[in-house]
Amino acid sequence: MPEKTATGPVVEVTFRDGILTLAGPFIAATAGTVEQAWARSVRGGAVSMIDGSGVMALDTSGALLIQRMAGGTAQLRGFSVEATRLLESLAGRAAGDVHNAVARAAGGRGEGRIAGALIRLADRFLHFLRGLEEVAVLGVDVVWWSVVGLFRRGQYRGGTFTDQAIHMGSSALPIVATILFLIGAISVLQSASTLRTYGASIFVIDMLAIGLARELAPLMTGIVVAGRSGSAIASEIATMKFTEELDALRTMGLNPIRFVVVPKLWAMAVGLPLLSFMGLVFGLLGGFIVAGTYMQLPLNTMVNRLLVSLLAWDIVTGLIKSLSFAVMITIIGTWRGMTFTGGADGVGRATTSSVVTSIFGMIVVDSIWGLIFYL
Amino acid sequence: MTGPADTADPILQVRDLHARYGARHILRGVDFEVRRGEIMVILGTSGCGKSTLLKNIIRLYRPTAGSVELLGHDMVALEEEELEPVLRGIGVTYQHGALINSLTVAENVALPLEMHTTMSPSLRRQVAAVKLRQVGLEGAEDRYPRELSGGMQKRAAVARAIVMDPAIIFCDEPSAGLDPVTSAGLDRLLITLNETLGMTIVVVTHELSSIRRIADRVTYLEKGRAVFVGTVNEARASGIEEVERFFSMGSAL
Repeated sequence: MPEKTATGPVVEVTFRDGILTLAGPFIAATAGTVEQAWARSVRGGAVSMIDGSGVMALDTSGALLIQRMAGGTAQLRGFSVEATRLLESLAGRAAGDVHNAVARAAGGRGEGRIAGALIRLADRFLHFLRGLEEVAVLGVDVVWWSVVGLFRRGQYRGGTFTDQAIHMGSSALPIVATILFLIGAISVLQSASTLRTYGASIFVIDMLAIGLARELAPLMTGIVVAGRSGSAIASEIATMKFTEELDALRTMGLNPIRFVVVPKLWAMAVGLPLLSFMGLVFGLLGGFIVAGTYMQLPLNTMVNRLLVSLLAWDIVTGLIKSLSFAVMITIIGTWRGMTFTGGADGVGRATTSSVVTSIFGMIVVDSIWGLIFYL
Repeated sequence: MTGPADTADPILQVRDLHARYGARHILRGVDFEVRRGEIMVILGTSGCGKSTLLKNIIRLYRPTAGSVELLGHDMVALEEEELEPVLRGIGVTYQHGALINSLTVAENVALPLEMHTTMSPSLRRQVAAVKLRQVGLEGAEDRYPRELSGGMQKRAAVARAIVMDPAIIFCDEPSAGLDPVTSAGLDRLLITLNETLGMTIVVVTHELSSIRRIADRVTYLEKGRAVFVGTVNEARASGIEEVERFFSMGSAL
């Protein structure tokens, strides 16, 4: 039966009395049509001979397909000299490939869907546990060297901490300030009407101060910094691993953790709580402006309320959270960087996953802290 | 090129070295030794385990089994903290140079001095300048690695490897990605270091022309084993098919 392919040329695959007759071009462009035509015409019948006298063109794809049709048993006749040469050159290999493909397909079916899914699930879980273990080991290493590094100044380059602190801290300030200013303003705006209904307008200051100091300032700052600096740590370390810079450090007798990671950890540990505190100030500013204009609360009333409601403890818990986020972002960035595999695409993946993992981890840790401070 | 005296004591001895990564058994019992003052080339076709062997010798990886004696130290048994002082006595260059990107060339070269000695910054800079002159890179002190060509980066990496005047340096594929002229220049540099400073040099490469120029002896790796150790001339008449085929490739041209 003639088959019209998408591109125009006609291929014919006819099956009668065990003889498969082929006509037309058997090339990559027609291979899909040929496969379908073959399946329709043969329908499980045994092919004893393939007649190729009508084959006008043959390339590797077409030849492999004819090898499949022959199944290693059917005879070939009528093919041109060139076509025969191509078919013979592929003979040994093609037969093996078909065999392997069939064996693979059979193996996949034999395993069973549910068992396969369970195995994959278990595999995932083990993978997750291994990841946790790696992070824990690395974390201990990083923190250890950070503390030891304070007392033993060897293997430390002057200025690296300052560079990192500037890069990580002060250049993140504009965006952190803007975000928290807006968050402060919006949270006052959103709660204004509800509080006014109950005549409790002044308590908007309590809500703002406690919410910002305990939760929003550390968390939002952490998320911004995870995106800016956590990703930078992951990509820098992954690149250093890729270009063998980490190996080079090690063979110079330098510990890559001490040399590369420790200055970053200190910069983060100092910078993130400070940023978070600045974020709190800007958040309060945003909230005060909305409360003063939209809700028309007098400034001195708001300040007095703030001094009553915002305890030093609220600020301290926020700073403790920030510090834990700083350590976590650094360690996760380092871990993703050091365990990266592959080339340039691997660096990208390490970067992305460091941000996602950091944000996820921060929210989990934030909840744990919330519980501890609440108790 | 004249080979070193056969009586020279080995500076590196590798015995029955195995390396396994998961199911892959990459090194399957490598035996060879490097004599003090020679240039030894570790060669073989791609994927034979050359770079893996190098990384196992300098303990970037810990071998699965076997022994490595480098400068009189049992490298396999050393703990991490005992390893650092030993590593300071060797130099290593990597395929892509592996210069630290955030540091200038002079800072890169002086890095081992800065980290391991109490030398004054001015002396450090002077030593770095001398080493850069030795590798033909005078004037590049204050440039950053990304501003250098591939060949210059590798020269800078050699300068960094020799800054502490190690007894032995390891070079992983020094000619990879370089044009023949630059590659020949780098080979000349290695020969000069070997002849003037008496430095032992272990080079991992598969560049035949480079091997002919620099090698005192070669170790041929095949499927994770050292199937031949000896001079290039001995290799040509070794009677080992793969080795003879490898060395006849260039002469057919």
